[in-house]
Amino acid sequence: MTADTPTLDVRDLKTHFFTKAGVAKAVDGVSFTVGKGEVVGLVGESGSGKSVTGFSIIGLVDPPGRVVSGEVRFKGQNLLDLDADGMRKLRGDRIAMIFQDPMMTLNPVLRVDTQMVETIRAHDKSVSKADALARARDALGQVGIPAPDERLRSYPHQFSGGMRQRVAIAIALLNKPDLIIADEPTTALDVTIQGQILYEAQKLCRETGTSMIWITHDLAVVAGLADKICVMYGGRVVEQGGIDDVLDHPVHPYTRGLLGSVPGHNTRGQRLYQIPGMAPSLLNLPQGCAFQARCPRADDACSAEPQITEPVAGREIRCFHPHLDADEEIGA
Amino acid sequence: MSEVVEQAAPVAVETPLQRFVSDFCDNKIAVVAFVVLVSVIFIALFAPWISPTDPYDLAKVSILDSRLEPGTKNMDGGTFWLGTDSAGRDLLSSIFYGLRISLGVGVMSGVIALCIGSAIGLMAAYYGGKIDTLIMRIVDIQLSFPAILVALILISVLGKGVDKVIIALVLVQWAYYARTVRGSALVERNKEYIEAATCLALGNNRIVFRHLLPNCLPPLIVVGTVQTAHAISLEATLSFLGVGLPITEPSLGLLIANGFEVMLSGLYWVSFFPGIALLITIVSINLVGDQLRDVLNPRLQK
Amino acid sequence: MSVFIIRRLIQSVIVVAVMSFIVFVGVNVVGDPVDMLINPEADQAEIARVIRDLGLDRPLHEQYLFFVKNALQGDLGKSFIFGESALKLIVQRIPATFELALTALVMAVFIGVPLGVYAGMRPTAMSSRAIMAGSILGFSLPTFWVGLMMIMVFAVMLGWLPSTGRGDTVMVMGIEVSFLTVDGLRHLFMPALNLALLKISLVIRLARAGTREAMHQDYVKFARAKGLSETRVILVHVLKNIMIPVVTVLGLEFGSLIAFSVVTESVFAWPGMGKLLIDSLHNLDRPIIVAYLMIIVLVFVVINLLVDILYSVLDPRVRIKDAGQ
Repeated sequence: MTADTPTLDVRDLKTHFFTKAGVAKAVDGVSFTVGKGEVVGLVGESGSGKSVTGFSIIGLVDPPGRVVSGEVRFKGQNLLDLDADGMRKLRGDRIAMIFQDPMMTLNPVLRVDTQMVETIRAHDKSVSKADALARARDALGQVGIPAPDERLRSYPHQFSGGMRQRVAIAIALLNKPDLIIADEPTTALDVTIQGQILYEAQKLCRETGTSMIWITHDLAVVAGLADKICVMYGGRVVEQGGIDDVLDHPVHPYTRGLLGSVPGHNTRGQRLYQIPGMAPSLLNLPQGCAFQARCPRADDACSAEPQITEPVAGREIRCFHPHLDADEEIGA
Repeated sequence: MSEVVEQAAPVAVETPLQRFVSDFCDNKIAVVAFVVLVSVIFIALFAPWISPTDPYDLAKVSILDSRLEPGTKNMDGGTFWLGTDSAGRDLLSSIFYGLRISLGVGVMSGVIALCIGSAIGLMAAYYGGKIDTLIMRIVDIQLSFPAILVALILISVLGKGVDKVIIALVLVQWAYYARTVRGSALVERNKEYIEAATCLALGNNRIVFRHLLPNCLPPLIVVGTVQTAHAISLEATLSFLGVGLPITEPSLGLLIANGFEVMLSGLYWVSFFPGIALLITIVSINLVGDQLRDVLNPRLQK
Repeated sequence: MSVFIIRRLIQSVIVVAVMSFIVFVGVNVVGDPVDMLINPEADQAEIARVIRDLGLDRPLHEQYLFFVKNALQGDLGKSFIFGESALKLIVQRIPATFELALTALVMAVFIGVPLGVYAGMRPTAMSSRAIMAGSILGFSLPTFWVGLMMIMVFAVMLGWLPSTGRGDTVMVMGIEVSFLTVDGLRHLFMPALNLALLKISLVIRLARAGTREAMHQDYVKFARAKGLSETRVILVHVLKNIMIPVVTVLGLEFGSLIAFSVVTESVFAWPGMGKLLIDSLHNLDRPIIVAYLMIIVLVFVVINLLVDILYSVLDPRVRIKDAGQ
């Protein structure tokens, strides 16, 4: 692996769910890269395929779903070529994941120290229990949990929601992974706690050089946190680029719609823009562009598969009618 | 633009009974079990007429025929299909008569327990308050003891005899029915049609029996089948232990007990076949009951 | 935690008291106490003397107090047949029954839990369906008949195991146990398995339901995301969660095992409390019956109490909730 190899390079990933009602193409050709120390925001509505993308990368897609094609290159190596044990060794060690609901992700009948120590010893049996506990204690301190010794001996239900999520983050950091995938980790928390956790997550990544994929439906969250943003719709990435570029000058009609619907002080007093219609069912995606039914600029050309184009340097989109005029108002 | 209203094709409406039957038949195993159960009941009802011999007709039974293997021919040219026991009785016939008694006692005690238990459960649900608490306390305490223990306690106090056994079986089972009926009655009681009936100033009895009870039937049917299987099994166990029905009413349990003596000499059939008959009866009741429970469960209704 | 225990203790005492009252009523009011407590073969003078001794000519409430006083001192009457204290006779046999019931319990767990967990992990596999079908068979089979068939096959036809009785025993802390000798184990195996059969079905169903539910939980996914081996995920994360309902139910069922040992002990001629009860029922040895009933109620109440305590130890959520009250 050279200095230029990105930590993660996803190429044309496709994950489909084979249900009795048909094939749901949850992820249908997703490509993006995550560099060392970079935070990538993966943004989309429910049903856009963003969580499934995260699970596909870490290899935890539940049946009836499976990855059907594509590559997931982690530090140059294609994860999809690995066998079950090879993937297991990477999980929790080099690639870690944080889930959405901390109440259910921590096992309610096991103590926090048990759940932390097992993560360390699953990857390095030579670590003694005492050393593992010490590392766990440090990790809790790192995420800002006071009185870590007591907390280690506690059970998950004795923590508040925000604290539990910090514990989950601490567990993710235990083995100093190269990549953390965070699947909507603050959605279930209060706004104030959300802010704190975002701040701390960003600080940690800067300090440790860990790459992160932050999956969310909330644009406001990624605005302050991410370096790069990938907007997903209907199982595909419809726009990606540097965060400031995309937010200031969105090119894809969907991105523009999303931004237009976010309240801000320059929209005060005006009607918020709403994207008409509803997200399509992944079982029944339309031919061609998934967004055409709701797009104000759609026409017959959109029935063909939109390929990835790079209209502006550093910006990839899938669209036949991108907003390239920089002065167009959002929501028009 | 005006829209054209399409004429919907007339749909045949299924009665609840038809839907119930078709749902039940979804599970092929349960259907087979049901057929088996009906055959067993048929045999039990008509045993005296369809049984090859009358095993309790002392004139016909001869000690010379004793301990014959299954398939041996008897003197009249017929066959002892399942062999004979140590007194020379044809086992197949004994089983037919035994089924009659086992099923009879089991079902009778079940029905009586159902009536008593349901009445008590309905009262508890309808009157509520202290009556409800008291009744449910008693039910809970009784249910925390295993049925066989309660039966043994009752038999040791009441003594032996057919009527005592039935009383014991009834007293063992009533609590299950009471709890089930009370549970569903409580749910129904709060529904609006009861309020409506009360507003119409219908008498309490009428409300309870004509309105409340029919809606409590589904779980009752399910509990009824399972409990009947338990009652039959319990009676067989008690008879086997010698504290159940007297030997003048030979249920399957007694037949099995009789076989115990000769079993150690290798005459397996005397205990084996009555046990199979008992097993078939209980398993078919349980399978039918399982499917009834799935079909009648309102949460599983599509 | 202590509030919880004290409350349960008080409840238990009430239940025992109520049961003693019921037994008393059963013997002295429903049955004829003269028949129940006095050897029917005694002559008139003897009967009159015993009536005076037992206070049967006193008013009922005095009799009840007398009964309770004696009971607390351990005197529940003398056996007609053996002539010894009924209580002592029963207590002598408790170790045999408990040994049988405990072995059956252990067997039920060690056979039922793995089968149930397996069926829960792969609910649609043929083997799982076979296991579930087997479990319906398990609780439909009448225990005593299965016992007979076991004796038939393993003792009479194959000659591998002895048909009846208890094997050689050794004394451990003053209690006679037979599972520590090879001969003892040979005798213990079939009756314990027979008794366990009823509960194996129950355990399989519980374990399967629990496993199915647990496998879909996020904490299982998270455990895998941490890179834990599948073995650890099942054996530590899933198992600990399903053991809670399994243990609770089994604990409550232990009492029923003791009660049902009456049947198994009769079939296998195992010298425990149950066999003594059945023999006494046949012989109309009423003091033993009374003593048995009292002891068994006590055993039940103690077991229920222990299960409640064990449950609160296993499920930390229960403990904390109680402490907060």
